[in-house]
Amino acid sequence: MRSPNLRRFRILFSAIVLICFFAIFFDFKNLIPSKYINILLAFQFIPSLMKFYDLGTLVTAGFIVILILTFLSGRVYCSFLCPLGIGQDLFSRIGGKIKRKFRRYGFKRPFTIFRYTLLAVTIIVTLVWGVYLLTLLDPYSIFGRFMTYLGRPVGLVINNFISWVLHKFDVYTFEHITIKGFQLLTYTLPVLFLLLIGSLSLTKGRLYCNMICPVGTLLGLISKISIFRIRMDEHKCTKCGRCSVGCKSSCIDFLNHKVDVTRCVDCFNCVNICQEKAISFGIVRLKHKNHETDMEKRKFVAGSIMLLLGIPQIIRSQEKVVPLPKKASTVKENKTCPVCPPGGVSIEDFNKDCTACSLCIAACPNGVLQPAMMQYGLAGVMQPVMDYHKSFCTYNCTRCTEICPTYALHPLALEAKKLTQLGKVNFIKDNCIVKTEKTACGACSEACPTKAVYMIPYEGNLLIPEVNNEICIGCGHCEFACPTTPYKAIYVDGNSIHVAAKAPENEKAESETPVEFPF
Amino acid sequence: MMNRRDFLKKSAGAGLSAGAAVSLGRYDRLRVNSSASPKYDMVAIMGGSPEAMFDLGIQEFGGMGAFVRKGQKVVVKPNIGWDRTPDLAANTSPGLVARIIEHCFKAGAKEVYVFDHTCDNWVNCYKNSGIEKAARGAGAKVVPGSSEKYYQNVDIPGGVKLRSVKVHELLLSSDVFINVPILKDHNSTRMTSCLKNMMGVVWDRGFWHSNNLNQCIADYALFEKKPALNIIDCYNVMIKNGPQGVSRNDLVLKKSQIITSDWVAGDVASTRMLGVDTEKIEYIAMAHKLGLGNMNLDSLNIKRIKM
Repeated sequence: MRSPNLRRFRILFSAIVLICFFAIFFDFKNLIPSKYINILLAFQFIPSLMKFYDLGTLVTAGFIVILILTFLSGRVYCSFLCPLGIGQDLFSRIGGKIKRKFRRYGFKRPFTIFRYTLLAVTIIVTLVWGVYLLTLLDPYSIFGRFMTYLGRPVGLVINNFISWVLHKFDVYTFEHITIKGFQLLTYTLPVLFLLLIGSLSLTKGRLYCNMICPVGTLLGLISKISIFRIRMDEHKCTKCGRCSVGCKSSCIDFLNHKVDVTRCVDCFNCVNICQEKAISFGIVRLKHKNHETDMEKRKFVAGSIMLLLGIPQIIRSQEKVVPLPKKASTVKENKTCPVCPPGGVSIEDFNKDCTACSLCIAACPNGVLQPAMMQYGLAGVMQPVMDYHKSFCTYNCTRCTEICPTYALHPLALEAKKLTQLGKVNFIKDNCIVKTEKTACGACSEACPTKAVYMIPYEGNLLIPEVNNEICIGCGHCEFACPTTPYKAIYVDGNSIHVAAKAPENEKAESETPVEFPF
Repeated sequence: MMNRRDFLKKSAGAGLSAGAAVSLGRYDRLRVNSSASPKYDMVAIMGGSPEAMFDLGIQEFGGMGAFVRKGQKVVVKPNIGWDRTPDLAANTSPGLVARIIEHCFKAGAKEVYVFDHTCDNWVNCYKNSGIEKAARGAGAKVVPGSSEKYYQNVDIPGGVKLRSVKVHELLLSSDVFINVPILKDHNSTRMTSCLKNMMGVVWDRGFWHSNNLNQCIADYALFEKKPALNIIDCYNVMIKNGPQGVSRNDLVLKKSQIITSDWVAGDVASTRMLGVDTEKIEYIAMAHKLGLGNMNLDSLNIKRIKM
């Protein structure tokens, strides 16, 4: 195929994907149903692979589709589906607009040893220790963090400007949303990666994808046996080098008529650039003598993939350590364990599966999810943790559990979520307004959705809170509502393993419908 | 029939207060106050749907036109505090809110606004309470109260504990304010009705909670922007586990409604409806003492209607 429509299709398709990704991260009022979000996320390689590990079924395994696509036609994922890749293309384009020379890429030698070592290390670390490197390097998660920590504030500023203008005209379609920053340290990782990937893509095209990205390297490996590839017609080629200069992967060795298929991301730019129509996209013509080694490679690749799919299952089935609560930290209210989001099942389970893409943090309508620093220890840096000083988990909501792409948060039915105890409430009477000020308060009990915090008679006409841990679900509304400073009089201590709370019992009110006015 | 002496007395009084009001630059207040000349201090209705009871009750005041003039901006403030469905009666009945809005427009209101500073997530509260849809359907503008930016600092002259407070800007810019609480049990003040509903027009409720909640509730009533009308939804009344409720078991069908321009009196009537001792609701006596209304129901002219 030599049609210029190939490239047009790629641009159109990837633009739509990128816009969809912007939409889900900028969905300030949760207007997009989670089933649509899930369709988009199902085709992110690492998240869907992790979901597969956890679920053990191929039903949700979009990564299989990506693998098949890669067998068929190389790294289409990188150009069509990966939001980080598409974002880089956008950056490169801007770079090209600013300075023409930025876009003269030219053929470069691959960083073979570096990238395969990094891939191997990533796989080993992931299998043996956990998600650390995946968290760091999964392209979708990197993109998610860009959006949540750097993109959203910009989106909010725009939203607030629009709402301000519209309010002047008495229109209330948009509303002002207070921009609440995160802890300063949170921004370290996204900013560093933005600098790295941003500068690489501005000047060197897809170098990040071809040097560092483990997904790119893995798919590149599989591309070696792909059926459809970029082909060069030696007879038509005049060795003008335009294709090579325009190749953002720097993978066209035009002098030898070779395209490094492990680095080609199927952007089809070269197809359009070539004036002699020497470059096309089609079925590969394998030279006979290479056939044997090819088979070996295939076996190796297939074996690696089987290993990749199998080993974690074995490892997982063997370790069943009961997670212990983290040791006491310096948190004011003597919290012994952080509160992990609903659907996390247990802190250990959750830490194992979350790649800190931060989509849940962006999507939480209450802003209770915050990126963890060291609350979970090193294993959980940047993973979401419930912060009840910032907000609380709203009772009628399961948004985070619905959209988690890696299955770190298991989907919870609303009724199940309402009985999932994330932590237990603790009351410090000596901090309570009712005791210290001798005035009415009850902000905690008012906020409690299950009446796990209720009021009992105290001195005189006063009522004071009392807690019932059996029906507490650890939503943190009491802690958030408690007006005392600097220490709260009521707080939630996390459960290292989420448990089922008892359903609140509630007897029928003993009162009759009146027939006469009581006044 | 008004005799000459009464007429002179009244016109002198009216002139004086009008002059005072104009000289203080509160012209809008004058118009609102002078337009209302109700026969009753309070109308209580029993036995119908919230909408039907309101239709009947407002007639006794001479229709909404007695409170809302042509071209005025009206704020209708229901209780939308909780992310609960209408059948759980934690929020004002959406049908009632819609009907009130319709009456306002019939009386010639230019614009009607509805908002609340919710306790739960505001998007969910507005949606699941059914009020957003009902109010929009009736033609009102449903306005967010979710950001501090919407609130402006005002003084509360004479406040014992609450001397200044951040109030929603729409309340400040509106001509007529209509308070539409739902009567409920409350875990710490023991009842929420007219005065307590004002915690939804201010920003920093935490201050109230930590600075003598009852006194702050009474103090807020000193603020000059008072409701022209309080319409208390007593159809389904949450008599325990308030103000949020756990299930329908907390509710008692009372099929009643109280309409009054005196919110202290409205709260006293509410205590009777809820079945609690008026003295236990501390802010009522406090507000009475501050001269913000009459807690002595016997001295009021109350119209009682059974449907």
